[in-house]
Amino acid sequence: MTDRRAIVGDAVALGLGTGVYALSFGALSVASGLSMWQTQALSLLMFTGASQFALIAVVASGGSAAVAIATSTLIGTRNSFYGFAMAPVLRPRGLTRFVAAQATIDESTGMAARYEEDRASARLAFWSTAAAIYVLWNLGTLIGALGAGLVDDPNTFGLDAAAPAAFLALVWPRLTSWPMRTVAIVSLVAAVALAPFLPAGLPVLLAGAGGIVVGLVLGIRAGEE
Amino acid sequence: MWPTVLIASGAAFALKFLGYVVPQRYFDTPLARTITLLIPVALLSALIGLWTFVDGNHIAVDARAVGLLAALIALLLRAPFLVVIIAAAATAAIVRALGLLP
Repeated sequence: MTDRRAIVGDAVALGLGTGVYALSFGALSVASGLSMWQTQALSLLMFTGASQFALIAVVASGGSAAVAIATSTLIGTRNSFYGFAMAPVLRPRGLTRFVAAQATIDESTGMAARYEEDRASARLAFWSTAAAIYVLWNLGTLIGALGAGLVDDPNTFGLDAAAPAAFLALVWPRLTSWPMRTVAIVSLVAAVALAPFLPAGLPVLLAGAGGIVVGLVLGIRAGEE
Repeated sequence: MWPTVLIASGAAFALKFLGYVVPQRYFDTPLARTITLLIPVALLSALIGLWTFVDGNHIAVDARAVGLLAALIALLLRAPFLVVIIAAAATAAIVRALGLLP
């Protein structure tokens, strides 16, 4: 098993990075018209950053509640696939299934995916990442919401560049072969190309599906990557 | 606003939970295992693209792209997570402060 302390250290580091990004969520959410408690409820209950940002973006643009809910839900559909991928690794039973479900996000799944052949490390990576991010994402949200009026635009501090950087760091260890790199590049380019033409949520799903097809065509197989 | 927050949060949880209740045995094939291996890479990469090069519903190359480039360089130099994230945010902030890109 990979060094336990190294795994937990990575989890805390990623949590801190996500906390930085949460500052911008908290501030932008309050600026969008949500109260501090509604903002905090999203981070506590929804706990999936992309959907949270999508919801407040629709609210800020004056969209209806139905569109806000639909957009955030569509973006959250990838978590079903993450849960499906994590179920055989975590094998949660009873109440743990509910906790595992809530803990299933990009980062926890991405960190676990770094240890494909080592179930104990994958489990530790999943749970420690989820715990670190849950605490720091909510703390960051609270501080961001409280400080919302203090800065004109949180992106002045480059906070909007933090999430893509964190995600790149997550997929990085997987990008060791050219077929896998091609999957990443195709998915990225396809999502950007589709974004102007489709409602939020669909580009990520279609681009992701396209990337998966490319990976299969290029002959990627589980266990021999 | 509360109904929106709570309904959307409930839907988000239901989607997460769904993955754990779909019977795995229906999908226990080499193909399904390969697809579950590809899912995080493909979806996270798509999100990187959207959050770096898309603003609202149009394509935009701004300070975020320079931030991602900084993250890429940090990763090539084997920097730890937190350094990668801070490098990206700081670079984007500097690019904006200098007025080079929005």
